[in-house]
Amino acid sequence: MSVNNEVDLFDIAHKEREEQAAFRRTVLCCGSTACLSGGAQAAIDAIQAGVTEKGLQQEVRVVATGCMGLCSRGPLVKVRTRGEDDVLYADVDAATGTRIAEEHLVAGKPVEDVRMSLEHPFFARQERVVLENMGEIDPNRIEDYIAHGGYRALRDAVTTMTPAGVVGIVQRSGLRGRGGGGYPAGSKWALLAKAQSDQKSIIANGDEGDPGAYMDRTVMEDDPHRVLEGMAIAAFATGASKGYIYVRAEYPVAVRRLEQAIRQAKRNKLLGKNLFGSEFSFDVEIRIGAGAFVCGEETALMASIMGQRGTPVLRPPYPTERGLWGHPSMINNVETLANVPTILRRGPDWFADIGTETSRGTKVFALAGKLNNTGLIEVPMGITLREIVEEIGGGVAGGKAFKAAQTGGPSGGCIPAKHLDTPVDYDSLMALGSIMGSGGLIVMDEDVSMPEVARFFMRFCMDESCGKCLPCRAGTYEMHELLEALIAGRGTAATLVRLETLCDVVRTNSLCGLGQTAPNPVLSTLHYFRSEYEALLVPEGAHLAGLPGAHGATAAAHAGAAAGRSAAGERSA
Amino acid sequence: MSAMPSPGAARTRPAAAAADDPRAALLTTQLKKVRYRADALIEVLHAVQDIYGYLSPEVLHTVADALQLPPSRVLGVATFYHLFSFEPRGDHICTVCTGTACFVKGADALVAGVSEAFGVAKGGTKEDRSLSLLEARCIGSCGLAPAALVDGAMVAKATPERLVETVRTAMAAAPAASASAEPESPAGGVA
Repeated sequence: MSVNNEVDLFDIAHKEREEQAAFRRTVLCCGSTACLSGGAQAAIDAIQAGVTEKGLQQEVRVVATGCMGLCSRGPLVKVRTRGEDDVLYADVDAATGTRIAEEHLVAGKPVEDVRMSLEHPFFARQERVVLENMGEIDPNRIEDYIAHGGYRALRDAVTTMTPAGVVGIVQRSGLRGRGGGGYPAGSKWALLAKAQSDQKSIIANGDEGDPGAYMDRTVMEDDPHRVLEGMAIAAFATGASKGYIYVRAEYPVAVRRLEQAIRQAKRNKLLGKNLFGSEFSFDVEIRIGAGAFVCGEETALMASIMGQRGTPVLRPPYPTERGLWGHPSMINNVETLANVPTILRRGPDWFADIGTETSRGTKVFALAGKLNNTGLIEVPMGITLREIVEEIGGGVAGGKAFKAAQTGGPSGGCIPAKHLDTPVDYDSLMALGSIMGSGGLIVMDEDVSMPEVARFFMRFCMDESCGKCLPCRAGTYEMHELLEALIAGRGTAATLVRLETLCDVVRTNSLCGLGQTAPNPVLSTLHYFRSEYEALLVPEGAHLAGLPGAHGATAAAHAGAAAGRSAAGERSA
Repeated sequence: MSAMPSPGAARTRPAAAAADDPRAALLTTQLKKVRYRADALIEVLHAVQDIYGYLSPEVLHTVADALQLPPSRVLGVATFYHLFSFEPRGDHICTVCTGTACFVKGADALVAGVSEAFGVAKGGTKEDRSLSLLEARCIGSCGLAPAALVDGAMVAKATPERLVETVRTAMAAAPAASASAEPESPAGGVA
C-alpha cells in the first residue's frame, strides 16, 4: 500500500475538461469502423485541413470519436459550439468536410443542406446507458473517458464499499445477462463471490458470433475502458484477481483498442496491484478466438482460452464452481459488464426505473436489413418492435411491406407483422418463439423467402456444430438436407413432418445451447409462415429419388458422414 | 496445486525446419513472447498464419515440438477453428460477408458475381494463385450490408458489378504484399 498506487482521477478529469473547454468549438467526427469504410478519414482530413488553413487551431478541436449509430447515413459529423445547440451532419465526404470548415467553423453558418436534425426519431427515441460515450469521446484516450466520469465507479467501489455491497447493487438493479440468456447478473456475481478459492477469474465474452450483430464490437472498439472498468468492478465484488477478454479474431480493431486501453489503465494504476491503495489487485489479458461460433458457449469459451478445441462440456459444474484451469470463473457478456460502471455511478434504482418489471435497463441492438435507417441503437426495454422498425428504423426501405423481424441470430426466430406491437423484453420475445439474443435485429421485407432464411441459419448451425454430440452434429446436417429438399421442390408432406420431429429431437437432446436452439429459426418460420413451406410441397411419389431419408434408412449413413466430416478437419478453405 | 501450465517448464527449441528462413526467426520471436506456453497454442497458430500465410504440416510439427504438445492435439485445435487455412491463399483475397444482414441484402449475388467474373470457386483459390474468394461469417458491418473486403479494404453497400470492378483494380495493381498485412482488416473468412 504505497502512495504511488493512488491515482487522482479528479486531477486527470479536471485537467482534461479544462483543456477541452479552452476550445470554443469541437468537431466530433465518427471514426468507427463502419464510417471509416465509408470514407470518414477523408472527411476528417478535410475538416482538419480547413481548420489549419484558417488558423483556427486554438479555437476548434477535431476529434475522431466512436460510433454515432446511424451507420446507413455515415460518415456522421457533429459540431458542438459553446453556448449553442449541437449541429449534426450526415453523409459527409471530403467536399462536405471542406464546406463545414469554411461555412460553419469559419463563418459560423451551419451547412443546412447536409444537416440532419438531432430531433430525428432515430436519435430521439433512444436512451443511452451503455453507449453514453459513443460519439462523445476519443476511444484512444483514457483521459477523455475519465473526464466523462470514467473509473469513478471503480474508485468508489474499491475505496468506499464492501464487495458484498457491490454485488447487492447489481442485484438490486435487476441487470440481466445481455448475451442472450438473460440470467440475472447479480445472482451470478453472488455465486462467484461465495466460491472458496485463492484464484478466481472474470471473463468478458466478446465472441460475438451471431451473424448480424456488432454491439459488442462497437463497445470494445469505441469505449474500451468501459469494459475494463466493468470487469474490474466485477472482480472487486467477487474476489477475482484475473480477467480475460475473449475477442473474435474477426475484430482486429477491437483487439488493438483493448490492448491500448489495458496499457493506459496500467500506466495510470487503474489495473494492476493494490488499486487505489487497497488490497485489491486485478490484471486483464486478451484472448483471441479463431472463428468458432460455439465458443460463445461458456464451457467452450473457457476451453478455447486454455488453447484447446472449443467443445462444450456438461454443466454443472458451472464455471463459478469449476472454470478456467479448475478455478472458479465467471463469464459475463461485454455489454453486461459495460452497464456496470453506469449502474454504480447513477444507482441501482435509477437503472431499475428504465425498462419493464422483468427486464430492467436498456438493450443495444444492431438494426440491419431492409430498413431505411440501419445502425446501432440503444433503447429502453419494453419499447415495441413497431417503434423500433417504423420510427427508429424509418420503416421498410423501397416502399416494400414488412414481413418479419429476426432476433437472436441462429438461436432466435422470425417475428411476423401481427406481433409488431410486442414489447421488446426477454420474456415477451421468448413467448413468441424467438429470443432477445445478443442484439442482432434484422428486418426482412416481402421479397425474402422464409424457408430460405431457415436454410441459411441451419447451414450456419450445421457448419458451426462442434461435432461432439450426435443430436446436434447429425441433426443439423439432416435438417439442412430436408430444407434443401423442400426448397428444391423435392419435399412432400412427410418431409415436413420429419423436419418437425427432428426439430424436437435436436432441441431436447443436444448437449449445449447451440444444438438446443438450432431448430428455433425453423420452428418459428414454420409457426408463422407455414404456407410458404406448404407451397413448396410436391405430391407423395413425385421426385422421390434423391429425397434424403425418404426410406427412413439413410439417417444413420448421414450421421456417419457428418461425423467423418467433423473429424477430418474439413474446415480448411 | 494448480493445473495452470507453468512457464518454467518451457524449453527453448529450434523454431522452424529451415534455419536460414527469415520466417523461422519471426516464429521463434512469437514463441518466446508466449513463453512456449501450451495454452497459447491458438495465439501461436495465428502467428504462423500471419507469417507463413497458411499452416503447413511441417510448421505444425514445429509448433507441437516447441509447445511440447502431441501433433494430434495441434492438428485437432487447428482444424477446429475456421480461420486457419491449410493451403496457401491467393495474392489477392476477396472476402464476401455472408452474415444475416448481408444474406438478406444479396450476398449470394456478390459471391456468384466474383466467382463467375474470375473463374474462381467459392471458398477456393484460382489455379495461378492470383485470387482467393472467401466467405466470412459476419464482419460486423451490418449497417452497410451487403459488404465485402478486397485485400482487407471494405466495399460497403456492394453490388456485384462494383465488387468485381474493385477486385479487377486490385489485381491490376502490383500484387498485394499480403492481405494479412493490412492492419484494419478482419482476418478473413472460411469456405
